Amino acid sequence: MPVISPSKTPMPVADAKERAKTFREVNFGYDPRRAMQEADRCLRCQDPTCQTGCPVNVPIREVIHLTSQRRFDDALALIKRFNSLPGVCGRVCPQENQCEGRCHVGDRFGPVGIGYIERFLADWERLHGSQPVEKAEPKGQKVAIVGSGPSGLTAAGDLNHMGYDVTVFEALHDAGGVLRYGIPEFRLPKDVLDDEINALVRAGVDIQCNVVFGKTLTLDQLMDEMGYEAVFIGTGAGLPRFMNLPGENLNGIYSSNEFLTRINLMGAYRFPDYDTPVKSGRRVAVIGAGNTAMDAARCAMRAGSEEVTVVYRRSEAEMTARVEEYEHAIEEGVQFKWLNNPIEFIDDGNGWVSGMRCQRMELGEPDEDGRRRPVPVPDSEFVLDVNNVIVSIGTSPNPLLSRTTPGLDTTKWGGLVAEDDTGQTSREGVFAGGDIVTGSATVILAAGAGKRAASAIDTYLSQKRGEAAEA
Amino acid sequence: MFEILHTRQLTPVTKLFEVAAPLVAKAGRPGQFVILRVHGHGERIPVTITDLDPQAGTVTVVIQEVGATSKMANALAEGERFHDLAGPLGEPAPLREKGHVVCVGGGFGAAAILSILKGLKAKATHSSAIVGARTAELVILEDRLRDAADALHICTDDGSAGFKGLVTAKLEELITSGEPVDEIVAIGPMVMMRAVAATTAPHGIATLVSLDPIMIDGTGMCGACRVTVDGRTQFACIDGPLFDATKIDFDELVRRNKTYRDEEEAALHRYEQAHCRAEEAAAAATRP
Ligand SMILES: Cc1cc2nc3c(=O)[nH]c(=O)nc-3n(C[C@H](O)[C@H](O)[C@H](O)COP(=O)(O)OP(=O)(O)OC[C@H]3O[C@@H](n4cnc5c(N)ncnc54)[C@H](O)[C@@H]3O)c2cc1C
Ligand SMILES: Cc1cc2nc3c(=O)[nH]c(=O)nc-3n(C[C@H](O)[C@H](O)[C@H](O)COP(=O)(O)OP(=O)(O)OC[C@H]3O[C@@H](n4cnc5c(N)ncnc54)[C@H](O)[C@@H]3O)c2cc1C
Ligand code: SF4
Ligand code: SF4
Ligand code: FES
Repeated sequence: MPVISPSKTPMPVADAKERAKTFREVNFGYDPRRAMQEADRCLRCQDPTCQTGCPVNVPIREVIHLTSQRRFDDALALIKRFNSLPGVCGRVCPQENQCEGRCHVGDRFGPVGIGYIERFLADWERLHGSQPVEKAEPKGQKVAIVGSGPSGLTAAGDLNHMGYDVTVFEALHDAGGVLRYGIPEFRLPKDVLDDEINALVRAGVDIQCNVVFGKTLTLDQLMDEMGYEAVFIGTGAGLPRFMNLPGENLNGIYSSNEFLTRINLMGAYRFPDYDTPVKSGRRVAVIGAGNTAMDAARCAMRAGSEEVTVVYRRSEAEMTARVEEYEHAIEEGVQFKWLNNPIEFIDDGNGWVSGMRCQRMELGEPDEDGRRRPVPVPDSEFVLDVNNVIVSIGTSPNPLLSRTTPGLDTTKWGGLVAEDDTGQTSREGVFAGGDIVTGSATVILAAGAGKRAASAIDTYLSQKRGEAAEA
Repeated sequence: MFEILHTRQLTPVTKLFEVAAPLVAKAGRPGQFVILRVHGHGERIPVTITDLDPQAGTVTVVIQEVGATSKMANALAEGERFHDLAGPLGEPAPLREKGHVVCVGGGFGAAAILSILKGLKAKATHSSAIVGARTAELVILEDRLRDAADALHICTDDGSAGFKGLVTAKLEELITSGEPVDEIVAIGPMVMMRAVAATTAPHGIATLVSLDPIMIDGTGMCGACRVTVDGRTQFACIDGPLFDATKIDFDELVRRNKTYRDEEEAALHRYEQAHCRAEEAAAAATRP
């Protein structure tokens, strides 16, 4: 049994002052020595609770063991049987609530850096070339995947591997979903995403961008005219919510989706090399405290804003962002105003936002999901001076899908109804997973749903093949 | 990539493109739009569907130059390609089965009303078109509009063709002429659509206008296109682009469309400089 180093092997990071002005990746990643050193901190537990903390059950103990033996290729191959996007998940999973949150070492010391190791293994492959994966015999059946976020990409990869003829249809001009338009370069370099997507394409997945499902193509067309025998819908929960406060449509007020899309998908941080502009004034307020709010705040710092304040109606304890992002945001100079709620946006006289009237809050009784509900403190209003506001209070499923695709049962908040273990929707041959079913969740949950649906689709299509063979 | 099969310069700043986009050609309906990108670092710009040919698999759009991206688009020639083209987006125009519909178009809007007129013709609904331009040379697609509409009224500011005056004057004349008008659809510059709304409001005739806020995705994901209609926020790309003209907060829309004025001017300036340099280089290359 090795002597355990009490703390996680540190991740080399870019200096906070310097990085707050560039979009280059913040975390530099482990080298082989650090990865193996970190792997040596694992106790190889009899009951590896880390694995049960991972939504897709990566056999973490075995992966780490292989890593400590410098068998990086084997370790990665093992991860990939459970998670097709290790380079992404190693970077963006909220490990503290998942795998690392359940690591036994974490009971006394810092948990084993599972995410950092996973990321290292994926990056190692990127640097040293991937191993060819053998593909099953072609099955001669076509499957359509709608949406190219983590759920769609995972389902596509698995089904392709099983020998199906897979086409991904994506509404935007580039694939990746939130990984492309939401999560910024400094957390998830687009090269990493491109490599994971290119690997799928090389393996035979066809990706068709600029296809808006329900508009460009309908479900009936796919299934009745184009010969797709099964469809997986992974269109995410992309509709931004607003607060319906006075002045919310003033110039300078963005949804976080718009702000982040301009920067990430459209390349506005490289304006004028890219044609799409973005405004990030001297003083910016970001409303909300999830991952999206952290990303928006940190992007605003990088886009040249001097003072960026996150305003949240609950307290730090109720914040939903990943801890690492929150810490990085603080280091980079983002400020936080907990227990404050905006109630009105103020016009500068020319139609631009110049202030945000807020109200202080205190925590009252817990609500139905157990979080203490914020209630306004009387006579506590004040005005925060701002040049831009980024509203980041969550998203809902886009109504475009349900409006244009009759026959799929939806929930009252507009999500698709699908079985948990299979993704089966109310219509035969149609499966769904990811944020469109669960509401905004995480990359790995979406990927896991894609994986389960792929296997259910395989069962469904195998049965269909069997019936066809009998007939 | 979407190949440009045919182009036609309609005015010095307006160009028609017939683009190969079979899925859009099949799915598109009058009143809808597409979003296109000229190159890999480009903006996504919305343009209305002017015409569709599902058999040939083509979509026709007409682009009017107002800034850098529309100029770059109009510099493309037959055989070249749009980098991206997604659609059809937005809700189709509601095509009445009977009655009399008047479509009003100004600028690129004269082209944009064509698909609606053709849709009405297919339903044998009576239609009139009113199109406006500064002067006779700037009237676009006259042949096709005349073909699609039961009656075509051309208005020019200088009287060089058709009626001398604004489209709204012609519209007022038509409404008060005694012939019943059941619906009006107007597409064009914001000032024109506003004026149409003001013209029809006293008569209480249903009036739809196609709003053109700044858009990015066109699928309801960003909220850039939000407009206030009847006191409620709507996303023009999925709830519109056609809205009841009497309920629109035009001031807000005009104001929101000015958000990036500085950046748009800078982009135009850069584009024009680069364009001049390219022309000089081309001229230099051909000099003996
Ligand atoms: C800014 C931001 C930061 C985040 N940070 C993290 C993080 O650090 N860690 C984490 O685990 N999770 C994070 N999340 C959440 C995570 O990204 C999502 O839960 C996950 O991406 C959902 O995956 P999905 O496959 O369901 O859909 P999405 O990633 O939303 O992808 C859906 C895709 O479908 C496309 N689409 C939509 N409608 C149509 C249509 N009609 N036709 C064709 N295509 C369509 C969309 O354009 C999109 O590309 C973050 C989310 C955001 C917004
Ligand atoms: C649903 C919809 C349908 C449209 N259909 C057509 C069409 O069929 N043909 C066509 O030529 N144009 C159409 N437009 C307008 C077109 O999208 C804009 O002209 C284009 O985006 C301008 O890009 P730019 O870079 O060339 O100009 P920019 O540099 O972005 O803008 C230059 C000037 O144009 C103004 N402007 C900016 N955006 C718009 C806008 N959305 N509409 C009007 N003026 C704007 C600016 O205020 C500025 O003064 C449509 C817009 C929408 C939303
Ligand atoms: S996929 Fe995410 S939760 Fe699972 S082991 Fe990897 S980092 Fe942890
Ligand atoms: S719980 Fe922690 S120490 Fe135990 S096997 Fe998992 S990673 Fe290793
Ligand atoms: S253009 Fe993004 S929501 Fe309408």
